[in-house]
Amino acid sequence: MSIEVAAPRLDHLDWLESESIAILREVAAECASAALLFSGGKDSVVLLRLAQKAFRPARFPFPLLHIDTGHNFPEVIAFRDARAAELGERLLVRSVEDSIARGSVVLPSPEASRNAAQSVTLLEAIEELGLDACIGGARRDEEKARAKERIFSFRDAFGQWDPKAQRPELWNLYNARVHKGEHVRVFPISNWTELDVWQYIAREGLALPSLYYAHRREVVRRRGLLVPVTPLTPPGAGETAEIRSVRFRTVGDISCTCPVESEAADAEAVIAETLVTDITERGATRMDDQTSEASMERRKREGYF
Amino acid sequence: MNAPLDPGRLEDRGVLRFITAGSVDDGKSTLIGRLLVEAKGVLADQLAAVRRASERRGSGELDLSLLTDGLEAEREQGITIDVAYRYFSSPVRKFIVADAPGHEQYTRNMVTGASTADAAVVLVDATRVGVDGLLPQTRRHSAIAALLGIRHVVVAVNKMDLVGWERAVFERIAGLYDDLAHAVGLKDVRCVPVSALQGDNVTRLGSSSPWYAGPTLLALLEALPADRADAARPLRFPVQLVIRANGAAAEDYRGYAGQLWSGVLRAGQEVRILPSGERARVASIDTLDGALAQAVAGQSVTVRLDRDVDLSRGDWIVDDADEAKLGTALTAELCWLDRSPLDPRRKYLLRQGTRTSLASVLAVEDRLDVSTLSERREAAALNLNDIGRVRIAVQQPVLLDAYARNPATGAFILVDAATNQTAAAGMMRVT
Repeated sequence: MSIEVAAPRLDHLDWLESESIAILREVAAECASAALLFSGGKDSVVLLRLAQKAFRPARFPFPLLHIDTGHNFPEVIAFRDARAAELGERLLVRSVEDSIARGSVVLPSPEASRNAAQSVTLLEAIEELGLDACIGGARRDEEKARAKERIFSFRDAFGQWDPKAQRPELWNLYNARVHKGEHVRVFPISNWTELDVWQYIAREGLALPSLYYAHRREVVRRRGLLVPVTPLTPPGAGETAEIRSVRFRTVGDISCTCPVESEAADAEAVIAETLVTDITERGATRMDDQTSEASMERRKREGYF
Repeated sequence: MNAPLDPGRLEDRGVLRFITAGSVDDGKSTLIGRLLVEAKGVLADQLAAVRRASERRGSGELDLSLLTDGLEAEREQGITIDVAYRYFSSPVRKFIVADAPGHEQYTRNMVTGASTADAAVVLVDATRVGVDGLLPQTRRHSAIAALLGIRHVVVAVNKMDLVGWERAVFERIAGLYDDLAHAVGLKDVRCVPVSALQGDNVTRLGSSSPWYAGPTLLALLEALPADRADAARPLRFPVQLVIRANGAAAEDYRGYAGQLWSGVLRAGQEVRILPSGERARVASIDTLDGALAQAVAGQSVTVRLDRDVDLSRGDWIVDDADEAKLGTALTAELCWLDRSPLDPRRKYLLRQGTRTSLASVLAVEDRLDVSTLSERREAAALNLNDIGRVRIAVQQPVLLDAYARNPATGAFILVDAATNQTAAAGMMRVT
């Protein structure tokens, strides 16, 4: 049996980058009013780099939008503002606090996680800004409901995702058409894995908030996770705080994001750790995803990223 | 277990996209699960979730097929209803797997998954090949793979452990598949005997089949050419948008942004603009990282030309010597994907490259028999999951590239102009 070997063309990061650039340009061309969700997290940092590659020397044809739970790590917020300013792009921030003040978000208890509440604030922002497209950094390798989501993913007038009625997506011919009041979520890095993201961060020399790299932090051990000790998340009764060298693999709402033990001080070291890890990004770090087999799918139906 | 991807030391052979096709119960999900677990596309916490789910369902052993069940509705019904995308890497390549359901009624998912695939892995259950040959679904999936222009097929003859690893069984199935491949027009076919359940010949050679010297399924996938975006085909550059930056007059920037769908584009090359027919020379091929001497199929770049031309989204840049033709009438193989049937009285939007144009289906010429996909019958309409030949008129000229010659540009979709649903996948025929 003979195997023909083709000449090498694009390496895997070049391939992914080109696909993502093409998707971003489709949004710019097909959608009247888009926004790029930028949290300061690593996936959205990659999105910003891809947007530079897609649109420079012109400005981005859409603003950046952050849905702020009010429970973000301060260094991530500082990084978010600095990065937007450095790029000279417009950053809009809409807050879960404001939704709480309006009465559209009611939390079960004041200290409850605000992660799911972001969906409400996001949908309010989409309506207020009249957006027909929201670009996000979600990846299909993150979670099994995401594995079945389209790159251009339709949302009805209530902002809902219907996993059983998704538009077929063929070749690279994307369908971004919506009626007034509907929108699409667009995921340009759908086909990237956590490892691809880190390899790209290393290759491009992208700056990240410092908590993605190893630092010493006060944590408690809870149900197999390391929970950071913060004013929002104090140690529980009978728990002992300890100082460990940790890094975050995802950076979300403080109340549900946990670090992992790590000595990785730069992107190359993180790649080395990612290659030998046994636990998925969300499995190691997100308390909210473990509540049921279908919790991400349910949140996504309700308008989550 | 494979060594992990190390981009520093090994040649990076880019990305291979493949689709998996098979009938219900022939072990497709287990095979994908096996590839993912052994290439570390699946991690311990996902395995733990699968173990919990296996126990809840009362199955004693770890059911790798649960790894690929995604949605609540699917778990309730115990079937897969939508294409899922899976990822794993070997030391030399990244793989994107489109896992399409095997149920006959979900042909549209198979077409969707096949549209982006460089290769197909077709599962055949060694225990279910009777005197009358391969299962109808195997025939159907192979015909769709051929229709969608997939050039490389790997036949994984699964459950070899249940037939005692008998060489004769494998060789008989390989022979039957060769006949099928010939009948539907698949040219590059390779067969591997495997046990997805036990792992033999998936990522490592098993000891049960000393008569099979390799390669393993993974080794085959590592070596197949990824040629959906093909540098050897004619230059096709659909303009996505015009990038402008206004500075002082001397610094005004006007570039044509897009992804090269096939061929090679070189700085200094003489090109032709379609549909205007104007000629120009490539002044530079820009990226954020600097100008390139050439761009190859698959690359996203911004092109500047040496003169002002009439060029905007929807137009094409092709080679100056290219004899590409434009037209407003075409014939195509159409796969109908929408619940509302094709209605020749309705208006559709035809999307080819970056151009969207109003379109009418003038006539349905015939329909493929869904059970055999080899006979054609007269038909007046196409319903969900039907495949047939149609004649289409478009308001604005499209590039008349035959799908068989250039799948990147011979492909189009029809969008229902009223509902915005993606209604059909189209493949242009030679006109």
